[in-house]
Amino acid sequence: MSDLEQLYQQIILDHAKERYGNKPLIGDTGQGRSPLFGSSHQVNPTCGDEITMEVEIDPDTGRLAVRWDGQGCSISMASASVLSELAEDLDAAEFEEVREAFHELMHSRGKVEADEELLGDAAAFQGVSKFPARIKCALLSWMALKDSLAQARTAGGSQ
Amino acid sequence: MLTDAEVSRIRNDFPILGQEVNGHRLAYLDSGATSQKPQCVIDAEVDFYSARNSAVHRGAHSLAVAATDAYEAGRADTARFVGAATNEIVWTKNATEALNVVAYGLANASAGLGGAEAERFRLGPGDSIVATQMEHHANLIPWQQLARLTGAEFRYLPLADDGRLELDGLESIVDSSTKVLAFTHVSNVLGTINPVARLVARARQVGALAVLDACQSVPHMPVDFHALDVDFAAFSGHKMLGPTGIGALYGRAELLDALPPVLTGGSMITTVDMDSVEFMPAPQRFEAGTQPVAQVVGLGSAVGYLTELGMDNVAAHEAELAEYLVAGVDRVPGVRRIGPDAAGERIASVAFEVEGVHAHDVGQYLDAQGVAVRVGHHCAQPLHRRYRIAATTRASAAVYTTQEDCDQFLGALADVRKFFGVS
Repeated sequence: MSDLEQLYQQIILDHAKERYGNKPLIGDTGQGRSPLFGSSHQVNPTCGDEITMEVEIDPDTGRLAVRWDGQGCSISMASASVLSELAEDLDAAEFEEVREAFHELMHSRGKVEADEELLGDAAAFQGVSKFPARIKCALLSWMALKDSLAQARTAGGSQ
Repeated sequence: MLTDAEVSRIRNDFPILGQEVNGHRLAYLDSGATSQKPQCVIDAEVDFYSARNSAVHRGAHSLAVAATDAYEAGRADTARFVGAATNEIVWTKNATEALNVVAYGLANASAGLGGAEAERFRLGPGDSIVATQMEHHANLIPWQQLARLTGAEFRYLPLADDGRLELDGLESIVDSSTKVLAFTHVSNVLGTINPVARLVARARQVGALAVLDACQSVPHMPVDFHALDVDFAAFSGHKMLGPTGIGALYGRAELLDALPPVLTGGSMITTVDMDSVEFMPAPQRFEAGTQPVAQVVGLGSAVGYLTELGMDNVAAHEAELAEYLVAGVDRVPGVRRIGPDAAGERIASVAFEVEGVHAHDVGQYLDAQGVAVRVGHHCAQPLHRRYRIAATTRASAAVYTTQEDCDQFLGALADVRKFFGVS
């Protein structure tokens, strides 16, 4: 596989079209949302890509529910899609573990083997790490979720 | 007009263009962002550091004299190249700084600095500043800031659908309240060449200062600031085959001598006391601190190189490339180009979006084929918003660009949608 084919693996192109979790945002209306709610808007100033990620923590199970909206390149959109799917099965602490692994993978310059068991479809982003200019694209949604999750947990703490 | 053989000889003067990128011949079509450098420019910097390096306008030893001569020769050559007097060229670190020197100079004057002679630069509530919707952020944000600082109103000339300025409202937007009309000579995204004469005439009618961003014109066509009759103009060295770290501000001599400086300190004063200071005349009053001397020397060499080619020849060659690129891009299915069609009203800088494929992905695919283009908003977010596009891909040429470069780009562009599975 060429570097380009590694970057744009079929699974990434599929996710970029599928856009799992890309649905209308709850926003400030707050209707029917969990009290443990957070929202974060992130922009990549070099290309204008942007994403808003909302997260709700289920007060009983601790599980995450993610929805997002945004526009950007196939890498950033696919990353948000993969992340939304992954996050469904996680609680906040588990997400943090996955996020750290993904972060490390992105900054590995292609020298670290992805932990497929931990990362699932996100392991397909290994090829991105060889393209330093694209790492930010892959990380945009992950930063947004980290930030919105911090808000959701703060919301919980203040109650 | 340059023959194909001459263009290929020119291309060979640029050592970086000889390399392969990702297993392909390099087709460098990102000259709008920064141009490549001919061997003579590289040699000029090496020669300066090897034989003449010293502090300029200080000291009296032989090397200091040689360095000062080289530095001032670079200024004289550059001034001649853009139709300015030597003392009308102020060195800055880039064009962005040059435009900020004007905007913040006006802010300083508005705050009361500069005495009676700076009175003409004062703005306040009731005044207006006009820019355009096609500006690079460098010729937009300083004016927005100046409006905020002074209480003046900020206005802009809008863009039309065809990539030209919509000038039907020129007389009402630029009115008797207008103190500054800032606009670009050539759009860095659309390639549009603006009607400078018409805009300057309107500025003159209302007594506004005409400030020109000449970054995308000076490298690509003959430019004569005296003939254009603008008050201030900015251009950058690295876009015109010169080094990075050097830009220039042109200003009419009487204006530069009256404009309060923004950067103050060493080498720009005549007399300093503990409670007073007198500034030197331009250009030194704007050149505080140690200057980018080797870069000036390199820029002087770039100007010499372009002069030898002849800017009429450069412009004719690039006009041909513009037509070729526009026609070629328009032939690719699923590609929407923004900017004017007409040859003669645009430079060879072509921006477009590819249906179903984000600009970053387009650029990545082209890069894998050895084609270097710019992707993103090209520091012109309001322009992109005007055309409801978040990001475009831009292919931009320079004098060393060959038809083969264009063909390599167009061939790769034709395959983009197939690769991403949208055609």
